[in-house]
Amino acid sequence: MPSSTSVPVADPPRVLTVALIGNPNTGKSTLFNALTGGKARVGNFPGVTVEKKLGKFQEDGQPVLLVDLPGTYSLAARSADEMVSVEVLLGRQADIGRPDAVVCILDASNLERNLYLFSQIRDLGLPVLLVLNMWDLAEQAGIKIDLPALRERLGTEIVTTSAHRREGVEAVRAAILKTAKQAVVAPIRLFPPAFYEEVQQLGSWLEGEGIKDSPEFLRERALLDVHGEAEHRGALRLGEKFQTVLGEARTRLAAAGCKVPLVETKVRYDWIRRQLQDVVHRSQSVQQETTSDRIDRWLTHWFTGLLFFAVLMFVIFQAIYTWAEPLMTFVEAVQGQISGLVQEVVPPGTLQSLLVDGIIAGVGSVLVFLPQIVLLFTFISIMEDCGYMARAAFLMDKLMTKVGLSGKSFLPLMSSFACAIPGVMATRVIENRRDRMVTILVAPLMSCSARLPVYVLMVAAFIPKTNWTGGVIELQGLVLFFMQSLGALIAIPVAWILKKTYFKGETPPFVMELPAYKWPSLRMVFDRIYDRAKAFVVRAGSLIFVVSVLIWAAGYFPEDHTGQHQLQGKIAQIESSLPEGTTSSELDELQEQERAISAALIRQSYLGQMGQAVEPVFRLLGWDWRIGVGAIASFPAREVIIATMGTIFSLGGDVEAKDAQLQSTLQAATWPDGTPLFTIPVALSIMVFFALCAQCAATLLVIRRETNSWWWPVFTFTYMTTFAYLGALLTYQIGTAIMNG
Amino acid sequence: MSHSPTLADLKTVGDSATILEVNGEDGIAVRLMEMGLTDGEEISVIGFAPLGDPIEFAIRGYRISLRSSEAQRVRVAPNPRS
Repeated sequence: MPSSTSVPVADPPRVLTVALIGNPNTGKSTLFNALTGGKARVGNFPGVTVEKKLGKFQEDGQPVLLVDLPGTYSLAARSADEMVSVEVLLGRQADIGRPDAVVCILDASNLERNLYLFSQIRDLGLPVLLVLNMWDLAEQAGIKIDLPALRERLGTEIVTTSAHRREGVEAVRAAILKTAKQAVVAPIRLFPPAFYEEVQQLGSWLEGEGIKDSPEFLRERALLDVHGEAEHRGALRLGEKFQTVLGEARTRLAAAGCKVPLVETKVRYDWIRRQLQDVVHRSQSVQQETTSDRIDRWLTHWFTGLLFFAVLMFVIFQAIYTWAEPLMTFVEAVQGQISGLVQEVVPPGTLQSLLVDGIIAGVGSVLVFLPQIVLLFTFISIMEDCGYMARAAFLMDKLMTKVGLSGKSFLPLMSSFACAIPGVMATRVIENRRDRMVTILVAPLMSCSARLPVYVLMVAAFIPKTNWTGGVIELQGLVLFFMQSLGALIAIPVAWILKKTYFKGETPPFVMELPAYKWPSLRMVFDRIYDRAKAFVVRAGSLIFVVSVLIWAAGYFPEDHTGQHQLQGKIAQIESSLPEGTTSSELDELQEQERAISAALIRQSYLGQMGQAVEPVFRLLGWDWRIGVGAIASFPAREVIIATMGTIFSLGGDVEAKDAQLQSTLQAATWPDGTPLFTIPVALSIMVFFALCAQCAATLLVIRRETNSWWWPVFTFTYMTTFAYLGALLTYQIGTAIMNG
Repeated sequence: MSHSPTLADLKTVGDSATILEVNGEDGIAVRLMEMGLTDGEEISVIGFAPLGDPIEFAIRGYRISLRSSEAQRVRVAPNPRS
């Protein structure tokens, strides 16, 4: 069904819908950003994990809606995710109209393979604009393309761009307008007539079954893609007879000399070869060794390649683990400054507490992750843009297949050792849905940097300073190392089981393009970082914020805080009257009282009541209600455990893991009967719990975003919390038995 | 079982061959063909990952990585070493 004809309209022009599609590594998102000025509405297509990215621009007073489709090599959809592009192009995606034109972006250095997708798009009967991107790189590589001849042969408008330098973007806008207003082009019939007869026959058969509107393109796909998504959907609707009809048609086709699926690639690549004959000239033969190949000699070499990889991973890890630290401290300092300001302006009371402990702390808990996200994506974007990312996957693939994943899962998982949030976001490089899901689900098990304070506190306070072999092996270090590795060790069987059960299926091909190395483009790197940071702050951030405020409320209400606020007022008064940095006995006394009151208040809060109600559950782990409340309050963000412990054990919330006073207070803490609360098994069970538990609302919400489903964060939360509880239980029970034994 | 050589039998960097056919019609076979591994095409070995798997090949002017299990699906006629 043709959409628009070239009748001129006088009214305010209708918005033109234009789809942007292309192979991976063609610079599609760079072009998208260049065309739309980087302003995009991002969401998910319903029911799938595919990102829906819409952008707008105006050209000549004509508004255009640009739909970014996922990078793909082919329209032969084998899953619901891959089918999304086909549905958008056919105008069957509910909230997007049928496109008026398709922009197909190609890598100018690699026309032959890139035109395969174009030849499929031509079958849709939509006007197509070809964009030959990375034109500058093709020229540098000595590739000459006779554009007028290619235009003539392909029967389509062609524009050349170097989108990473914003070259040729204006011409693309103008050409989009011209293309969209074109009359629809008839598909080129590449296949033998027998094929089109079968497509026709299938249409008649479907009509007989009551399906009158089946698009020709889908019928072609159903015939061509054995066990593909088009076949699958038809079978869902019509049952097995659909597959029988397809099977018979395919048998007839094979007899007529067009055996599916072989025929499609054969026919299309032969056609491409003919189109490119004498149109593309290369200064060197395609099989000749290039500079990129020579770099690969080193970077994929078993020794130099692995060494480079190890060093690079170490640097990235250091960056998100250590270099991010000052930036995170800075975010926290700014948060402290603002809190201080609010405390000066707003008198102590519920409002002040809501602002400082609820809202500002909530916003802070979102922003504090930004340095790690930005740093990781700086590395990832550079690695992707220069072509190294594919080599990293190439090097690590064999190792990762041992747990049923592929080399592409390595970097997201390694990043998760610093922070699972950027790690989960980095799984987008994994095309295969099942691999990507499993990677997302085990990523939060990796020991992130927020777990470290808990280990530091517990190890320093309760693990004896024993060492062997002259101080080389040290018990405290050993425990720390074990805790850091525990999650990853558990992740191995979890990934394996997930791949064998819910996510089982044929091993996805690891057929991966290794793009030629090039210098990364700063703009491209910046765009990507900005994209990810924004996605995190805007869409995960708002929910993290809500969760933080809710936990604040649970710890604050229902008790009367008047007494505490009066005390806080007095303290503030005395503090301001004393010279900076000094103290008085009266002040100390009041602060002591204030801490005792806040400890009592948290005990009586909803949170405290909950902790006491479920104390029996924690008893089995060797914990009392205070540790339980600390663990519960840490569900939004595990790092608050230190502050919560500080408050509950009457030290105030302003403590740090290495704080000697906090350590000695915990060492002195007892059960009501006077026996010590914290023993080595208790300390170990706390650490095991924190190592395995999904105490991070931000990660869970990023999982929700990336999987487009609430079910997966719920699943992650459930399995991790279960493991955490069982792990802590075993640790405590066995530990106690050994200690007593 | 045919014992004709496959892509996985090319053991040295620089080895080249002409593709005869891709076995099977599952997702992997289709993907290989879509990426341009069709009969009559020239393909050559660029390098191997540390444990000999996956393998980097040159085809149709670009570079592609295949696991050796995937390379075994591609029947080839090896070209004489030059």
